[in-house]
Amino acid sequence: MAVIIDHDAELARAGANVTSFWGQCLFLARRYPLGAVGFAIVLIFVLTAVFADFLAQTDPTTTTSKFSLAKPGTGNFLLGADFMGRDMFSRIVYGARISLAVGAGAMGLGAVIGISIGLASGYLGGWFDLLVQRLLDIMQSLPLLVMAIVMAASLGPSLRNTIIAIAIPLVPTVARVVRSSTLSLREQPFVEAARAVGMGELRIAVRHVLPNTLAPLIVLATAQLGSAILVEASLSFLGLGIPEPHPSWGRMLSESAAEYVRTAPWLVIFPGLAISLTVFGTNLLGDALRDILDPRQRS
Amino acid sequence: MGSYLVRRFLLMVLTLFGMSVLIFVMLRLVPGNIADILVDASGIADPKEKAKIARELGIDRPILEQYGKWIGGLTRGDLGFAYVSERPAIEEIAPRIPISAKLAGMALFFSVLLGVPFGVISAVKQNTALDYFLRVLSLSGLSLPSFWLGLLVLMASVHWFGTIPIYDSNPHTFMQDVAMLGLPAMVVGFRSSALIMRLTRSSMLEVLRQDYIRTARSKGASATSVNYDHALRNALLPVVTVIGIEAAFLVGGLIVTETVFNIPGVARFLVEAILWRDYPIVQNLVMLIAFVVVMVNFLVDMAYMVLDPRIKFAD
Repeated sequence: MAVIIDHDAELARAGANVTSFWGQCLFLARRYPLGAVGFAIVLIFVLTAVFADFLAQTDPTTTTSKFSLAKPGTGNFLLGADFMGRDMFSRIVYGARISLAVGAGAMGLGAVIGISIGLASGYLGGWFDLLVQRLLDIMQSLPLLVMAIVMAASLGPSLRNTIIAIAIPLVPTVARVVRSSTLSLREQPFVEAARAVGMGELRIAVRHVLPNTLAPLIVLATAQLGSAILVEASLSFLGLGIPEPHPSWGRMLSESAAEYVRTAPWLVIFPGLAISLTVFGTNLLGDALRDILDPRQRS
Repeated sequence: MGSYLVRRFLLMVLTLFGMSVLIFVMLRLVPGNIADILVDASGIADPKEKAKIARELGIDRPILEQYGKWIGGLTRGDLGFAYVSERPAIEEIAPRIPISAKLAGMALFFSVLLGVPFGVISAVKQNTALDYFLRVLSLSGLSLPSFWLGLLVLMASVHWFGTIPIYDSNPHTFMQDVAMLGLPAMVVGFRSSALIMRLTRSSMLEVLRQDYIRTARSKGASATSVNYDHALRNALLPVVTVIGIEAAFLVGGLIVTETVFNIPGVARFLVEAILWRDYPIVQNLVMLIAFVVVMVNFLVDMAYMVLDPRIKFAD
């Protein structure tokens, strides 16, 4: 049977000759449809957080006793109101801001500390590396949420402390990923070449070794953004995270949620939906990024 | 091999020792101790009263002395006294362990039962609609917070049965136990099942590309035989690791699920103790969790060696 290969079609499918930015975006979206969906969800989440003031017409902390537990659709309450008569829609919109602040903040802080430790540990080696590895072992002997709970309790509740409490438990994974790439990279000829032309060790580490560890790091960071958002929600749910009056999605679920399961299900459904959708988006995006940036792990 | 075991054991002891120092110091950084909470709660802010309580509980002693007392007691099986209940900590903790252990065991069983077969199906039917559906389902498992899933289950039970399942501390038969903890266990296990499914899938895909799979196919083995006898058996190795790690990391899910379903297990107890600044309970529970995690990691390494004869640990 003769097989006719349509070269133009095959080339187009492989994404050849696509040079424009939007053309490449379109190609990636076709190639990774789930990733595109994830990217769209994350984009909506970020835009909601940034433009919360425009999206929400009412203040998320204004209480109106008359509208206590108002059903979705009553008056201006698109998604109903909570026990104190605060607008749920507005609280969810502003909650995106808290979620993003904590998620991105914890991920960023964890990444900065983790990269520094991992790079130093892998590059310097010796007793320093040994010491760091043992310390990371200790930190990893507690599950992420348990570590975050203990950290949050010892720092006290506030937005800043919640970010720190979630960032610290994220450090070991980042440090280990950077360290293991650094270990193989520092033996590479280009590092030797940089040394031969008289580059300082610190500069080699930052300019030549670090950029080569970025691909797995970006994949990890996306996954960690999702877990950070989940951990924040869990902490706030348990009463150890973001304090009042900040509208945190997790906290909205903790306010005697078991009771509202009977009487006001919308107070349980919407915040949970917001958390799940956001984390779902970061997971989809993370999977696609892994396929694109880390072909060895391609599924 | 022998010296590897010895080294491994020493490392475990070192890790646990480090954890004990870390948790002890961190708890003492907390602003406000139990004396503050008790006195403030009763409405009298009398510094003399506070000092008296602090002296009785021994929290006015130097931190090193307090640490020494705790670790000394720990080696003799004496966990100290709980601040809130004023009973020996061991009496508070021990009865809660089986409840959480049962919940965790059932959750793990459920997650393997669901995760492995779906992972295999997803890999065998790669890039079909079924594969996409299962992948999205498993991703949603990683995205739903367990406490929300738990609340949704409660909501469904209110809707259909008009009531919320209530935990009974005295189940009479094994079946009653299963009926009572089944739903919470599924809620906890959903996340792990998603992880196990994803890993089974990618591991299966890897193995299905191997030469010996082609050999098996070309000699005429049936699809079932190739998929399960030849492929799955070899694909399960990394899955075993994840099952092991998840067994330890289920604690996170247990904490929120026990809170939602009002189950008096150790995981929820940790949060209660933290909110009360009940140090003896918190530090012992944290050590218990760390011990379980470290032990499980060790057992996973051992299992690896048994399952894959190619892996040898250098002495």
